Amino acid sequence: MSATGFIQLYVFILAGFVGFLVISRVPPLLHTPLMAATNAISGISLVGSIVLAGGQYGKLPTILGVIAVACAMTNVVGGFIITDRMLNMFKRGDKKDAGPKRNEAA
Amino acid sequence: MQETIAQLTYLVASVLFILGLRSLTKPDEARRGMQLAALGMLLAIIGTMLHQEILTYTWIVTGLIVGTLIGYPLGKFVPMTAMPQRIAFSHMFGALAATLVGIGEFYHMYQGDHPTNPSAAESRFKMAAIGFEVLFGALTVSGSFMAFGKLQEFITGRPVTFKGQNLLNGLLFLSAVGCLGWLIYEPSNVIAFYSMVAIAFAIGFMLVIPIGGADMPVVVSLLNSYAGLAASATGFAIGNNVLIIAGALDGASGFILSIIMSKAMNRSFGNVLFGAFGSGGGVSSKKT
Repeated sequence: MSATGFIQLYVFILAGFVGFLVISRVPPLLHTPLMAATNAISGISLVGSIVLAGGQYGKLPTILGVIAVACAMTNVVGGFIITDRMLNMFKRGDKKDAGPKRNEAA
Repeated sequence: MQETIAQLTYLVASVLFILGLRSLTKPDEARRGMQLAALGMLLAIIGTMLHQEILTYTWIVTGLIVGTLIGYPLGKFVPMTAMPQRIAFSHMFGALAATLVGIGEFYHMYQGDHPTNPSAAESRFKMAAIGFEVLFGALTVSGSFMAFGKLQEFITGRPVTFKGQNLLNGLLFLSAVGCLGWLIYEPSNVIAFYSMVAIAFAIGFMLVIPIGGADMPVVVSLLNSYAGLAASATGFAIGNNVLIIAGALDGASGFILSIIMSKAMNRSFGNVLFGAFGSGGGVSSKKT
């Protein structure tokens, strides 16, 4: 295993910890939007798809790449729009008191 | 220079994703935060476009337009009550993308018109990453499709069980792991690769059919985790940090969320996944 591989592994583990710490503080009220949000973010495989579709790897990889780009883009666009729609509903509910003041600095 | 800019956009995108998820801890700021995350996604796309390997943009743009045309109505007009199945449906697309990328990479390395044919030693790590990618990707595709079907009720919402199901699942799982090990040992093995893809599809299908419709949100969240892990593995395969980070965020969040949700239903995680069997759980501990 190369040095790059190890650095990648570090990035993966540390990002996983960040995810763990952030998510465990999300209130149950927001769990459904959270699911939609992480769904939208998992559309990041779009990045890999774009490289495959645009690089000259041959006919079949390009076709697979284009389908992958379309699929991932569907996930991204749909995911972010629906999350926004969902969170917009929370705004109308007027939950001004829910946010503690001292957290605003961060 | 282009490479530097691309890496910087990835860095900013990763930070924006984390901030976006963090904003979800406060209902007031959540909407703004997710808009930041969307901005991060846009930056990551722009950064990728600068990639040196990319020579033609026609097909990329075509794919992006098609995806937007399908994704927009899916996001805009689906009723809120249909949310869990819409999310499952969306997972299917994301995971399908990861799977196709994995297959394309494999094909490029060993099969196409001009295969690069790297030696076993140098491609072992990459093949392990691609293996995990298609494994998680494919099982998420079929699993999400089943979850979608059950929630939309064109497949029966009741748990489907039969005799020897546990044994069959265990065998499928072992053979998938076997194929993965074989691939890492001999990365150019075409048969091992495609049988692994096929088995992974079967596993996704088998994991979801014994679970009842009411427990489905837990499963959708778990599939989210798998989709994230598939994206992360893609990042390992093509050496891209934003994929690794976003995938790890997803992987962690989906997993935690499914545990929290099963607790909220007063059930253990294993009970939700394997409740229909009465026993089991040996597979689940290895799986996650």
